[in-house]
Amino acid sequence: MDNFTLLDPTYMPSTWQLLKEFWQFNDMNVLWVLMGSILLGISASVIGSFAFLRRRSLIGDALAHAALPGVMMAFLLFQTRDPMVMFLGAVISSFIGFFIIDWLPKNTKIKPDAALAITLSFFFALGLMLLSFIQGMEVENKSGLDKILFGQAAAMTRDDINLLMYVTIFILINVVLFFQKFRLIAFNSNYARSLGVAVNRYELLLALLIVMSVVVGLQLVGVVLMAAVLLTPVATARLWSNQLRNILLLAGAVGAMSAIISTQISYLAPAMPTGPWMVVSLSSLFFLSLLFAPDKGLVQRYLKQYQLRQRVSQENILRTLYKLWERSQFEQNNFNISDIQALRAMPPQTLRKTLRHLCRKNLLRESALGFRFTKSGLEQATQLTRRHRLWENYLNEHLALSPDQVHSQAERIEHILTLEQEKQLEEELKDSLQDPHGNAIPNRAAGIKL
Amino acid sequence: MNHNSVRPAPIKVQNLSMRYHHKPVLTDVSFDIPEGKTIAIVGPNGAGKSTLLKGIMGLEPLIEGSVSFFGKPLADKRLSTAYVPQREEIDWDFPISVMDVVLMGRHGQLKLWQRPSKLDHEIAEQALKDLQMWDFRDRQISQLSGGQQQRVFLARALAQQANLYLMDEPFAGVDVATEKAIIELFKTLKTQGKTIVCVHHDLNTVSEYFDWVLFINARLVAAGPVEEVLTKENLQKTYGGRLSLLNDLTEEMYRTRLNQAHKSD
Repeated sequence: MDNFTLLDPTYMPSTWQLLKEFWQFNDMNVLWVLMGSILLGISASVIGSFAFLRRRSLIGDALAHAALPGVMMAFLLFQTRDPMVMFLGAVISSFIGFFIIDWLPKNTKIKPDAALAITLSFFFALGLMLLSFIQGMEVENKSGLDKILFGQAAAMTRDDINLLMYVTIFILINVVLFFQKFRLIAFNSNYARSLGVAVNRYELLLALLIVMSVVVGLQLVGVVLMAAVLLTPVATARLWSNQLRNILLLAGAVGAMSAIISTQISYLAPAMPTGPWMVVSLSSLFFLSLLFAPDKGLVQRYLKQYQLRQRVSQENILRTLYKLWERSQFEQNNFNISDIQALRAMPPQTLRKTLRHLCRKNLLRESALGFRFTKSGLEQATQLTRRHRLWENYLNEHLALSPDQVHSQAERIEHILTLEQEKQLEEELKDSLQDPHGNAIPNRAAGIKL
Repeated sequence: MNHNSVRPAPIKVQNLSMRYHHKPVLTDVSFDIPEGKTIAIVGPNGAGKSTLLKGIMGLEPLIEGSVSFFGKPLADKRLSTAYVPQREEIDWDFPISVMDVVLMGRHGQLKLWQRPSKLDHEIAEQALKDLQMWDFRDRQISQLSGGQQQRVFLARALAQQANLYLMDEPFAGVDVATEKAIIELFKTLKTQGKTIVCVHHDLNTVSEYFDWVLFINARLVAAGPVEEVLTKENLQKTYGGRLSLLNDLTEEMYRTRLNQAHKSD
């Protein structure tokens, strides 16, 4: 970005010095770019959230492309680069695009995705045509018009920033005022209609707000990348929260954060463009969240899965020990590994590890004679067996499954039955003392004689 | 039907026709429903039951015909009318809590940017309690079972405090507890003199849950009190397949735009 190149070519500051310079805002231009990017990051993220929630994510992309011919026409007609003129041109042409996208599926057999694709490429092509036409003309000011394709933050002027600020404030005020209605419509628009809410009017307002934020974003990130600034923040925020209010706040924060990161990078490395860096940092934040967010993050999910698998194999061993104990007429409370493995197929390594875990949890105790139940270990084993056999009975009685079938089902269900469900089962199977295989169902407080 | 009542019928449908592209979905349907009763709309898959409900609520366009609510157009009777859409219609992953969904029922009364007041919260609370969902008020809707989702939808409609309830398949895929809760709700609403219209799919329970029945299969087959209308003959007419000639000719009429040409004659 030429505005960032430093005047003295022999001056080679360190990264640290550059960062310090950046935050001192000696260069007013730095302040403009930073402010502009932050404002755009916030407004686009917040309004993009509603498009995302209504599952109309691509609308932003289409509207950004649809803005291109408007900008070119505005320039052709008025021969000026005044931001207000460009803005109006872009808004008008985006809106025409919006209506075509809306009208086609309602009145023809064309599906919404096709309508979007057709409109997007048609307007983009039209814009490119006009652009090359302008570039062939002998007019002033025409240089830089092509920057709208990929954006050029460094070329932002005071006027651009002012416009951005008005638009951002306008968008945020509307979102705050109409939050309830926007949410209602995004959630269930038919129901909103049945309440008598003027859904069409709100949809139009929402479209206007999206168009506005897209259009002011063109200068910064350009036609092609605009969709990312609308959607990636909310996709990121959705991973962290289930509350729409928090999602909107978070999305705004993510948008602003990406703006700060990207302006700094393009200041440190002057050849680096702000717009693409904004999108790259947004995507990085998204992928980091995808990995590390609580609940929905992949790492967390993997850990939970791993813990579940461990718990299941521990509980399986307890069940096996119970069966061995039962076979010895409840006499022999010492079990060796070979007996366990005879009853429960498991690789020796896993088996030993699981036994170790059970000892550490104080459910088993190891001695020279083998492994034996502790009091709590026996309680848990009894409970699992009880649940297993109750469930077998339930399936056998209500679904008429054979004893073989019920066993494999119960092997899984035993791990997730709760006390409440256990009591419910008990109630439904009043007098069952034996499971379908003829084994006794242990009482909840089974005679624990160790 | 309902000749003796002084008040106009909660819903009066006259010569209603609807279509999907050129395919006729409903043709020339007319009926009145009585006040203070539970009414089932019954018919085979694709008979146009949900479409009829949407047409009545003005959610899908009518090609012909009119609907009045207590003798007035819907716009004047919005606050007396509550609609419960099909559960499958919405995205249950939407980030919203049970309480916020039920509060949506109050939006018919709120102006523009207005937020639900304390009174609105109390009404929503009562609606949730009536459907035994109060303990779930802070849950995300994605964490609910199918039956609980249905109860949230019903609580939302209840929060509208309407006189007329139109429900699209409230009994579809719900558990026993929810089914009982819905029946209880019907009883309570009926004692308050309110009218309930339901799209219903289960013939076995029609006579148990409903006072009145409308048999629909692309047209109105029969309408009236269950004990009079639930006959073998009517069932046969409803489930015995469409009249293909009627169907084909109506489609042809829409395709050629004859109905418009004829009007402008």
